[in-house]
Amino acid sequence: MAAITYDKATLQYPGADKPSVNALDLDIADGEFLVLVGPSGCGKSTSLRMLAGLEDVTDGSIRIGDKDVTHVPPKNRDIAMVFQNYALYPHMSVADNMGFALKISGMGKEEMRKRVEDAAKVLDLTQYLDRKPKALSGGQRQRVAMGRAIVRNPQAFLMDEPLSNLDAKLRVQTRTEIAALQRRLGTTTVYVTHDQVEAMTMGDRVCVLKDGFLQQVDTPRNLYDKPDNIFVAGFIGSPAMNLVEVQLTGEGATVGGKPVPLPRSAVSALSAQNQTTATIGFRPEATSLTTAENGIPFEVTVVEELGSDAFAYGSFPGAQTEAGRERLITVRIPGRNVPMKGETVHLQVDPESIHVFNTETGKRISE
Amino acid sequence: MVITILNALIAVVAGVAGAVVLYYLLNKIAELLPDRAEEKVKPYFFLLPALAAIALYLIYPAIQTFVASFANRNTTAFVGFDNYADLLTSSSFQNTLINTLLWVLIVPAVTIVLGLLIATLADKMKPRGEKVAKTVIFLPMAISAVGAGTIWRFVYTANPPTQDQIGLLNGIKTALGGDPVGWLTISSGRLNSFLLMVILLWAQAGFAMVLLSAAIKGVPTETLEAARLDGASELAIFFRITVPQIRSTVITVFITVLIGVLKTFDIVYVMTNGNYNTNIIAVDFFNQLFTNRNAGYAAAIVVMLVLVILPVMIYQVRQFRREEAAR
Repeated sequence: MAAITYDKATLQYPGADKPSVNALDLDIADGEFLVLVGPSGCGKSTSLRMLAGLEDVTDGSIRIGDKDVTHVPPKNRDIAMVFQNYALYPHMSVADNMGFALKISGMGKEEMRKRVEDAAKVLDLTQYLDRKPKALSGGQRQRVAMGRAIVRNPQAFLMDEPLSNLDAKLRVQTRTEIAALQRRLGTTTVYVTHDQVEAMTMGDRVCVLKDGFLQQVDTPRNLYDKPDNIFVAGFIGSPAMNLVEVQLTGEGATVGGKPVPLPRSAVSALSAQNQTTATIGFRPEATSLTTAENGIPFEVTVVEELGSDAFAYGSFPGAQTEAGRERLITVRIPGRNVPMKGETVHLQVDPESIHVFNTETGKRISE
Repeated sequence: MVITILNALIAVVAGVAGAVVLYYLLNKIAELLPDRAEEKVKPYFFLLPALAAIALYLIYPAIQTFVASFANRNTTAFVGFDNYADLLTSSSFQNTLINTLLWVLIVPAVTIVLGLLIATLADKMKPRGEKVAKTVIFLPMAISAVGAGTIWRFVYTANPPTQDQIGLLNGIKTALGGDPVGWLTISSGRLNSFLLMVILLWAQAGFAMVLLSAAIKGVPTETLEAARLDGASELAIFFRITVPQIRSTVITVFITVLIGVLKTFDIVYVMTNGNYNTNIIAVDFFNQLFTNRNAGYAAAIVVMLVLVILPVMIYQVRQFRREEAAR
């Protein structure tokens, strides 16, 4: 087990006009569960493969523990990886799949069998040890891939979207199992996913990437409460945060035709940056229904009932600009008091929960 | 020339028209039957011409050959197992059998090794280099065995020491200060047989390479990467991960080449005509039938050949079925 450090690690494929991973700086503590998340093409898998040694780092370095592994071949890095499609060896039994690394390392048969059996017990695979991967279900294959990683007791686990081939129910269940297993083994884990729910639920810390650039790395709670920029704000959370471009007034902004106060510090910071507009963000749950004279008129177009509560999608007909009127807004409403489709209700946004961003740079303003 | 082309045209037109008329008539005959019988009988009516052709051109001659193998040289009288007895006691046929066995043991195995080697190396090249290399190596496949023999004659040929050597091998040997050698006449250690095998290897390696290369490309990259992370060296990955996953292709190629080897005739016929101890079953058969005019003896040789090939064929058919089922 070891800490992992990306030090300005960069990868540019030959012939590409910009790097796939751009000067990535990241410190992963010993025993930490770090999730790399981002939309497809953001460089998350590439970052992981750089750590595995499957892609050549073109600039910067990567360290595992105290050892600089930037140019060390994968076989000497002592890390185990779980692939998206599991990459089981189809010609080997489950036991042989799990024991392959041990066999290569020259471990004795007895010791090897014991380790494989122990891992199989943990993963509930004991009765399948003699089967070929082809004769297993998707979930079982996924567990074999996990088993192959844990028998080795490596410095770190790398997981590249290991749940994306499972059905929704199994995915949620396996998600918890993997997180629990990692806590128990205490092995440093780097986990790649495009699913922000997975990222939020599993990671000690989550690292958000976009276009090869690190956007923010923090605990799930902080990512949710204090997104560093517009991208992270919109990416983390489901349904996503509402992001509205607003005109600034003296002490606040106008949202949907109604004034909304903004923190004084944010207003002064924005004027110091010569901004007359800003992007404000509020999460669906930061809104509540109120009376006509206090609230922003909100025209409901779609309602999704989830039982305990409901999400209403609609727009602000009072917004000053065309784009503002067409912007789809999501609000959460308690399940007992749900508006009808086409109805106009009045919203108020909790001023404490408003995120303010500089529209030009996308950076966070408010504290 | 014009007449030849005209003849060919007439043959094609007459052949197609004949087939049409034949099937038309068969259909008409079937329609004469009562409705239910017609439904049942019709498929067989349409199969009939093809079955008849197979029976006439394949099954009948096979039986005839089998029968002839128990007959004398003019197939006028039965001689029992005399032909087989002669064959198995003749030292030259034993020699032929040993040669054939060597061909069978060596050529398919070496073809596989060569094919795997080339396919793996080509796979590591840049796409363009790979294409060129593969084309060049595949090219000999397009050359007939007789053509190949002519080419390789220039490699093995020997002139008297006083003259210039046009043979490549002797050219090299004399350039290094040696004396020219009649390569194809040296039967010690069966050198000449091995030199003939090289020709078939040269012609077949491309075939093996193409199939094996496709199979190697079909091996999921992730399994190779997983093995790399599991600590395996490239050599270990090749033998423990790649080869097992392309096993069925390896077997298919092996058996296809094996059958090709058992049927090899032209290379040996063109290069040595089975002389200097290079004889193999197919050449022996040809010479017994057309040079020695001993039909019974030749038929016995062919039956021996079939007996050798048959188990291989059965295995191959099974293998094919297993592969299909596994898909």
